Amino acid sequence: MSAHQDMHHGHQAGHHDDAHDHGSYGSYMIGFALSVILTAIPFWLVMGEVLSPATTGFIIVAFAAVQIVVHMIFFLHMNTRSEGGWTFMALIFTVVIVVITLAGSMWVMHHLNTNMMPHGDAGMVHEMSQMP
Amino acid sequence: MATQAPNPYLDAQGRPLYHLAEEPHHPEGSSTSLGFWMYLMSDCLIFACLFATYAVLSGSFAAGPGPRDLFDLNLVALNTAMLLFSSITYGFAMLASAKGRVGGTIGWLGVTGLFGLAFLGIELYEFAHLIHEGATPMRSGFLSAFFALVGTHGLHVTFGLIWLVVLMVQLRMKGLIPANMRRLMCLSMFWHFLDVIWIGVFTFVYLMGMLQ
Repeated sequence: MSAHQDMHHGHQAGHHDDAHDHGSYGSYMIGFALSVILTAIPFWLVMGEVLSPATTGFIIVAFAAVQIVVHMIFFLHMNTRSEGGWTFMALIFTVVIVVITLAGSMWVMHHLNTNMMPHGDAGMVHEMSQMP
Repeated sequence: MATQAPNPYLDAQGRPLYHLAEEPHHPEGSSTSLGFWMYLMSDCLIFACLFATYAVLSGSFAAGPGPRDLFDLNLVALNTAMLLFSSITYGFAMLASAKGRVGGTIGWLGVTGLFGLAFLGIELYEFAHLIHEGATPMRSGFLSAFFALVGTHGLHVTFGLIWLVVLMVQLRMKGLIPANMRRLMCLSMFWHFLDVIWIGVFTFVYLMGMLQ
């Protein structure tokens, strides 16, 4: 971001031309307004119990994903060009690792729970009593 | 940069060099924002592990209280608002710094700090309330995972606030020098990053918890 500017302008770089990289008043306000909407609707859906739990769950996860992108663009000023694309590459790599961590943990542990667990505590007592 | 050297990839005899004879000289701080971004991405992985732990343990109540018994969404909504307001006021601090206004920058940082402090206060009140009701981290796997995830985020906010105060002192002493501009941008990334993590927390922990 600013370091990218420093490469071209050195330390005497004026702050005025950083305005593009650091966002403007308008872009911050757009990001803020979008964030408020994307936060308020999920809270309203859950607190007001407007829709069925399954539909609500799907919608709030979708809204969270959109809001994370909004924050990335309007507050963190993420783009594919800054630092020669390396910040974006690091982000993509991180997203891949995060998805593997989350999906993998849930998948493995869900199967472990369903396949390895005796069927309820009563079953466990029953099986224990059968042991020599 | 290395342009003034004859050819950094050949030695004096013209044979190829497989290592750099001299470290390339970058201007001070030119790689800080990329390095700080790398730190944030690694921090993101810490939170991914904590989110995964919570996802796995969120049903392990050990016959103890669940999310519906414990969470107060009004409080969480207020907390979310505090963090969102602190994000936009930090943005105003960045805009003031871009215009070269030291006073405005420090002022907006102060407002950001107050919102951050309000967030922490509400979170500590919530934790104290839970522990008072017997919903301690030791009660169940769900509560261990909950306190680990939300507590780690709160700890990040705490350190962000300490950094914010230090930066306000640095700005008062030295003004908007390049080093302080760089620090301001790093803390900006850190602060907005914490808000991004909070989106995950309020969606997956609080809102999804209330749907169960």
